[in-house]
Amino acid sequence: MEKQPIISVKNLVKNYGDFQAVRDISFEVYEGEIFGLLGPNGAGKTTTLEIIETLRDKTSGEIIVDGFSVDTDAESIKQRIGVQLQAAGYYPNLNLSELIELFSGLYGISKKPLEMLEMVALTDKAKAKYKQLSGGQKQRFSIATTLINNPRIIFLDEPTTGLDPQARRNLWDLIIKIRDSGTTVVITTHYMDEAEVLCDRVAFVDGGKIVGIDTPDNFVDKLVASGFERKKEVKAATLEDVFIDLTGKEWRG
Amino acid sequence: MSKYNHVGATLAIAKASLRSILRSPSSVVFTLAFPLIFILVFGFIGGGGVKVDVGVAPGTDTANPIYKALEQTSIIKLHKGLDTPSLNQNLSKGSLDAVLQIRSNNYVKTGDGKMRLTSGNAPYTVNVNYTTSSAKGEIFKSIITNIKNEVNIKFMQQVLAGRSGGDADAAARAAAGFQMAEVRESTMTGRAYKTIDFILPGQLGFSLLSTGVFGTAFVFLSLRITLVIKRFFATPVKRASIVLGEALARICFSLIGALFIILIGHFAFGFTLVHGAVTVINMLILSVIGLIVFMGFGFTVSGIAKNESSVPPIANIITLPQFLLSGTFFSIDNFPAWLQPLSRILPLTYLNDAMRKVAFEGAGLGDVTHQLLVLLIWGVVIYTVAVKTFKWE
Repeated sequence: MEKQPIISVKNLVKNYGDFQAVRDISFEVYEGEIFGLLGPNGAGKTTTLEIIETLRDKTSGEIIVDGFSVDTDAESIKQRIGVQLQAAGYYPNLNLSELIELFSGLYGISKKPLEMLEMVALTDKAKAKYKQLSGGQKQRFSIATTLINNPRIIFLDEPTTGLDPQARRNLWDLIIKIRDSGTTVVITTHYMDEAEVLCDRVAFVDGGKIVGIDTPDNFVDKLVASGFERKKEVKAATLEDVFIDLTGKEWRG
Repeated sequence: MSKYNHVGATLAIAKASLRSILRSPSSVVFTLAFPLIFILVFGFIGGGGVKVDVGVAPGTDTANPIYKALEQTSIIKLHKGLDTPSLNQNLSKGSLDAVLQIRSNNYVKTGDGKMRLTSGNAPYTVNVNYTTSSAKGEIFKSIITNIKNEVNIKFMQQVLAGRSGGDADAAARAAAGFQMAEVRESTMTGRAYKTIDFILPGQLGFSLLSTGVFGTAFVFLSLRITLVIKRFFATPVKRASIVLGEALARICFSLIGALFIILIGHFAFGFTLVHGAVTVINMLILSVIGLIVFMGFGFTVSGIAKNESSVPPIANIITLPQFLLSGTFFSIDNFPAWLQPLSRILPLTYLNDAMRKVAFEGAGLGDVTHQLLVLLIWGVVIYTVAVKTFKWE
């Protein structure tokens, strides 16, 4: 893959009063990859993401998204990105079609709601309210709203948290499909198996700093080469594989 | 990339918001059902406006034209079957406005063949007791005088028919005199102020107040808490578009509601619209002005409230005093003197006042500039506060 940076973050710092949420972070996201930001809660992942999304001011540093600076061209960036927020709700009392219509208006483009819903397999829920959807459906709908403006990059903040294994796998397929259609994906997650399956590259964030950035394969190889051994005997399958085996891969709701 | 369309984004929010409002039970109840219920209640109970309660003394002759005319007068309610002590008691308390007794005077044929009354000067003697406890006795006095005149005219005409010469001339002159009295009477009833004329503008004002304060406060608080606004901010939409779109939706909704209330009031309960459609348009313009001021309170409440359950208490602190003290149900002139200055501070008082002047007195917007000025001052004050307290995140 040709390594063309679509996002470049240089020396990003974010302070909340005396608290340093992000301490001098630098990294690049390449065009067409799925980039994972991993790390414990409170590490600064969401803050970093929201600063790149132009939703939050930074204290210092330089960020370029698809050639535009967050300082001077926030609006151009907003037109080029799709954002899924952790735990965000949607306008009350509207059904999914109407919500897509609303977002089309907000982006100033016209999109057929059913086409958008078809991309995330929710056409049969077109007249349903967001509240009535299952966890997996909610996340799929959120992803549909990030795609309305044909974005160059989409940001997904913990999209699979709280989903059952089937819904999680289903969402992976969707995210990979989006990446394959040419959209760069930046994702945060607490599930390492997910990062391993999905992400082309990952950055580990801890205490507001990046402590490592590489492909998942290289990280694992390096750790093994350093003489790391698992406490437990490694089996050819995990309990999650058993779950999927017993309950089926087709997904519900 | 094409130029971003802010108007389009504003309208998209307005459309979404209007859809949401129309599907929200509480906003429909507060804006339409609540005021309509009050209008229905007052429309049916007080359909004829003021009621005058008149006690009928025992032994009153009820088979005479005066009594029949009283029975047909809609604003008089006759209370029969009370004995003299309870009549007097109710009269002294003011729960009766007057007590009436009608005695029929019998004719007897005298020796010279003429008809003469056994007592009094007329076929019927009407005795009325008023009370100092009620001011409505005056109303009854004018009604009973008018009825007496009418009955006398009919009587005169009957008498006239059987007479000739000088007697007839005298009777005609007398009848003409009564006619003049009747003309004076009609100018008095021309000022009839129906209950609906008072109640409807008050209810309309209250409807605007609840939509403005509760609706705006709830929507912005919930959009903030559920991160809907944050998600909006990830699109190119401007803050002004969000505020304008929401305001536009609320204005549309309130105009529909106001039109609905005015038309039902007019066609079902005879609400007075002095200049017809022009009056309606003036009322709708006033509605928009009032709503914009009240939305300022809504923005402020949404900024102060920490969560959804703290909206109603704060919003009620703003709406309840205005509901009670701004002349929604009673004219503020009836309030005790110490309370009136408070009433005269509240913005709803001035909206109600302007509405009533426009609807009933046929005033134009130019005639209510004083009220509009007070509303403008409130608007400037409350939006200054709103800008300071409003939170986006």
